[in-house]
Amino acid sequence: MNRTLVRLLQAPSIILLLLWMIIPLSMTIYFSTIRYNLLYPERSGFIGLDNYRFFWTDPSFFPALTNTLVLVGSVLLITVVLGLAISILIDRPFKGRGIARVMLISPFFIMPTVSALVWKNMLMDPNNGLFAAFANALGMQPIEWLQDMPLFSIIIMVSWQWTPFAILIFMTSLQSQDKEQQEAATLDGAGFWSQFYNLTLPHLARPISIVILIQMIFHLAVFAEIFVTTSGGPGVQSTNLTYLIYIQSQQAFDVGVASAGGVFAIILANIVAIFLIRAVGKTLTV
Amino acid sequence: MTDKQAEILKNRIAVFFAWIAALLFFFPIFWMVLTSFKSEAQAIAIPPLLFFEPTLENYTEIQARTNYSQFAINSVITSFGGTLIALLIAIPSAYAMAFNPTRYTKDILMWMLSTKMLPAVGVLMPIYLISQKLGMLDSKIVLVVIYAMMNLPIVMLILFNYFREIPKEILEASRMDGTSTFNEIKDIVMPLAWGGIASTALLSIILCWNEAFWSIVLTTTEASTLTAFVASFQAPEGLFWAKVSAVSTLACAPIVVFGWLAQKQLVQGLTFGAVK
Repeated sequence: MNRTLVRLLQAPSIILLLLWMIIPLSMTIYFSTIRYNLLYPERSGFIGLDNYRFFWTDPSFFPALTNTLVLVGSVLLITVVLGLAISILIDRPFKGRGIARVMLISPFFIMPTVSALVWKNMLMDPNNGLFAAFANALGMQPIEWLQDMPLFSIIIMVSWQWTPFAILIFMTSLQSQDKEQQEAATLDGAGFWSQFYNLTLPHLARPISIVILIQMIFHLAVFAEIFVTTSGGPGVQSTNLTYLIYIQSQQAFDVGVASAGGVFAIILANIVAIFLIRAVGKTLTV
Repeated sequence: MTDKQAEILKNRIAVFFAWIAALLFFFPIFWMVLTSFKSEAQAIAIPPLLFFEPTLENYTEIQARTNYSQFAINSVITSFGGTLIALLIAIPSAYAMAFNPTRYTKDILMWMLSTKMLPAVGVLMPIYLISQKLGMLDSKIVLVVIYAMMNLPIVMLILFNYFREIPKEILEASRMDGTSTFNEIKDIVMPLAWGGIASTALLSIILCWNEAFWSIVLTTTEASTLTAFVASFQAPEGLFWAKVSAVSTLACAPIVVFGWLAQKQLVQGLTFGAVK
């Protein structure tokens, strides 16, 4: 195969991705520096960093940033800890293991809007939901989940979907763990925690970091769960950055401010992406 | 109690908790499917009903009274269309990169992956306004293009990894016989990498099918996919739990089954090849 042909075959993917990246990105950056509101088309012109200042000083900005970080951090903690525990529990032969595995990873394949509705209505609804029924049966006051602890409710929903992801990855990695080494350690009298700390955790170090990085990329962008359940409320209690930018663009029609927010989100995601790409790059052999 | 017995007991306890976890995680799905066979009154009954006379009424109602099948078709078109385009672009490229790597190949692949990290909300306004200018808001074509580009980096990376496993000698032998590049891809690479291509396609379809941001933002009625259709039930007037459950069950069933079938291959795709 000659060089021209090699280049010709590679060209479409490279050119298309380049366009897909450059065009919207440069437009976002451009919009972020001009006055551009769909409701007031007569106002226009370059305004430097005013959109950024507007986005930055919006009273919703700081809560949204905090919510984003709390959401990402909590979900990571829950999914990694639960994922580790469950994948270790299931990493042994037993009857029906295949079925247990399938049950454990299924939530990951449920579409986010469905999972949000199932949790919002059938489980968390304070009148007819299942949790309320349990609370009533125990003689307690049902919790108004989405009203009283909206962000925590979203954290539960997202964790329910993503713990299976962690389980799936950890389970696969555990299969390649040296079982003889573990048996030897057991014979030497090493207890569970000592084995976990000295053998399992080092073996899972890479998968854990990959799971954390990939989840960060996705959780910075949580949208559907908020859109379907709380619409960011009450107030801005469950608004994250993604949802705040969505509101700016689709309800305030402020292209300029939404774009400034978009640039902010891109920078935030890229900080994570650099680490992730490095981690992936280490395993890629050319 | 001997060590052996202690070991067995520990194992039993672990298995017990594994089942508890499995039941808890699966429960919301089970409850959704169960609710889809209840009447609306039974669905909101207090206390919740575990045993009842199942009805198929919800399933017939949503077929008759909503555009369920239109949304399902839209989901099929956009996720299969996006996947097909991504594959058509990626197969020749990944093939060329895998068999003729240069010192830039790795950087190119890493750069491709970095485009995947671009948050959707960061390019929301440009994509929205471009679609509007082209008169393509609420159009399946826009979604197909977005889904194709969204998944292209992952598809490239996985296919590259698969193609690299094909021994170069096989290709060299066929080249001696004067096979053209097109035939080489079609007759040798494709059959050998078939499993890889199929599981890549499966992952891409799953990701497209469950995509919610663009389908909610860019569609209203005509091009709405199932994710957007389900999202429309968030309004209080849409509080028909049994019907929502039936819609949700139908919308999720094929993908959950896909996921089960492809779970092993998915790990590689979901971690961009970093965990095998």
